[in-house]
Amino acid sequence: MTIAIEALNVEKRYGALQALAGVSLAVAEGEFFGLLGPNGAGKTTLISVIAGLARANAGTVRVMGADVIRDYRRARRMLGVVPQELVFDPFFSVRETLRIQSGYFGLRRNDAWIDEIMHHLDLTAKADANMRTLSGGMKRRVLVAQALVHRPPVIVLDEPTAGVDVGLRQGLWQFIRRLNRDGHTIVLTTHYLEEAEELCDRIAMLKGGRIVALDSTRNLLENFSGLVLKIRIDRDSLPEGLDAALLNAEDGRFALRLRDYNALEQVLHRVRESGALIKELELEPPDLEEVFLRVMAKH
Amino acid sequence: MGGFPTLLYKELLRFWKVSFQTVAAPILTALLYLVVFAYALGDRVRVFEQMSYAQFLVPGLVMMSVLQNAFANSSSSLIQSKISGNLVFMMLPPISYLEFFGAYVLASMFRGLVVGGGVLAVTVWFVDLRVAAPLWVLAFALLGSAILGALGLVAGIWADKFEQIAAFQNFVILPLTFLSGVFYSIHSLPSMWQAASHLNPFFYMIDGFRYGFFGVSDFPPIASLMVIAVSFVLLSAACLLMLRTGYKLRQ
Repeated sequence: MTIAIEALNVEKRYGALQALAGVSLAVAEGEFFGLLGPNGAGKTTLISVIAGLARANAGTVRVMGADVIRDYRRARRMLGVVPQELVFDPFFSVRETLRIQSGYFGLRRNDAWIDEIMHHLDLTAKADANMRTLSGGMKRRVLVAQALVHRPPVIVLDEPTAGVDVGLRQGLWQFIRRLNRDGHTIVLTTHYLEEAEELCDRIAMLKGGRIVALDSTRNLLENFSGLVLKIRIDRDSLPEGLDAALLNAEDGRFALRLRDYNALEQVLHRVRESGALIKELELEPPDLEEVFLRVMAKH
Repeated sequence: MGGFPTLLYKELLRFWKVSFQTVAAPILTALLYLVVFAYALGDRVRVFEQMSYAQFLVPGLVMMSVLQNAFANSSSSLIQSKISGNLVFMMLPPISYLEFFGAYVLASMFRGLVVGGGVLAVTVWFVDLRVAAPLWVLAFALLGSAILGALGLVAGIWADKFEQIAAFQNFVILPLTFLSGVFYSIHSLPSMWQAASHLNPFFYMIDGFRYGFFGVSDFPPIASLMVIAVSFVLLSAACLLMLRTGYKLRQ
């Protein structure tokens, strides 16, 4: 298995601020990887170091095996970055912007691919419009297109859906998913946890410049949040032995935290044993937001 | 070939798209200087015996336009990219610091030479001018525009806001060009100011450039060329060091 992005003990200080305090992680080729954390956790700094926009004070970063400092030409060819800020060059049209970006990578006859990206991102109708005249959502799509002009195997998106309407968000994710299916490695930061939960195979959570959780999305959900069982029985109190799992009780409805689906069997067994009858039963799946809040509270 | 040709193309396209402001306006400004100074003062001032004041003035105005516009191009392009944030598009690709330097300086030279050529093309209609040594003209124009292009790049890297670039332009570039002998020969100055003029690098650029037209100068042209060549090397070294270390461009 090839490692798409490898960070080893990366440290970055801005004056007295320790933005990254020894971050190590490895993203495998073809993965859809999420980078989560509150504001100021170091997500954008980490991306900047990976992209060569910032230089680490210590540690090394490699993209597809190429060191981002020593072998920066190869590392940068392997990487497409969609920056967080909605930036553009007001002098140029969409097509000029993409041709120029392509040329920066030494690709000067790239129109077929540029047309294809514009088609997929619904930019064809705006190809000759000046960047200034585009809406925010359109500018965001051009940023994505710019990150793809040189066909990088690794794509990093820094909060690509911040301030983007729902329709565009769905379209954007469909496109990114397709890229991932075609073999691109995707690294994503987002504040929308449901997006991360839906899309990412693995997730790293950052806080204060450190990784505080790093696991597959499934493991994170199972280990940290478990399931919530909401149950109503024909009694006013829970059968014995279930109190430990009780989260709250309201109008005869009890909410219980379960570690996994096996725990459900035990609860049902107790209820049957006590002779109580189940009136209502609802099982809530784990959700990343709760995992996130608990991880952040723990560290 | 890496990103260099495209970065150069982008820099050229950028100023060409607003050529009314970046080319036509400075040509008009130079023409106004010629009209005001040559026609208002022309009868009263004679710098060198063999030529009119207007003839004396034109090469200085041409060179002044070359220098000011070379500086304006790299400095304003870079500060705009920094402030609007689109600098990131040039920082993400594998463009080396040498390519970056080369593209910005060459584009600045090109704009300086286009404006200077424009000023010359317009003024020859009003003033009878002959070129005694075209190679000297070319050498000083190329080297002078390169120096100011590199200086503009240094200023653009260093500055954090437009105001600082404007200050650099108004408090450094403009006084140095005005006091370099564009409008007068330094031999008409008191000896203290003559000596002070020799500390002004712009003096050598203007004086050497003018030599190319008339075969007459305040200072030996070969010595002037040496002075500005050394200035270019030192300035470029400083600029390349800034770019290599990522000073103010990469955090």
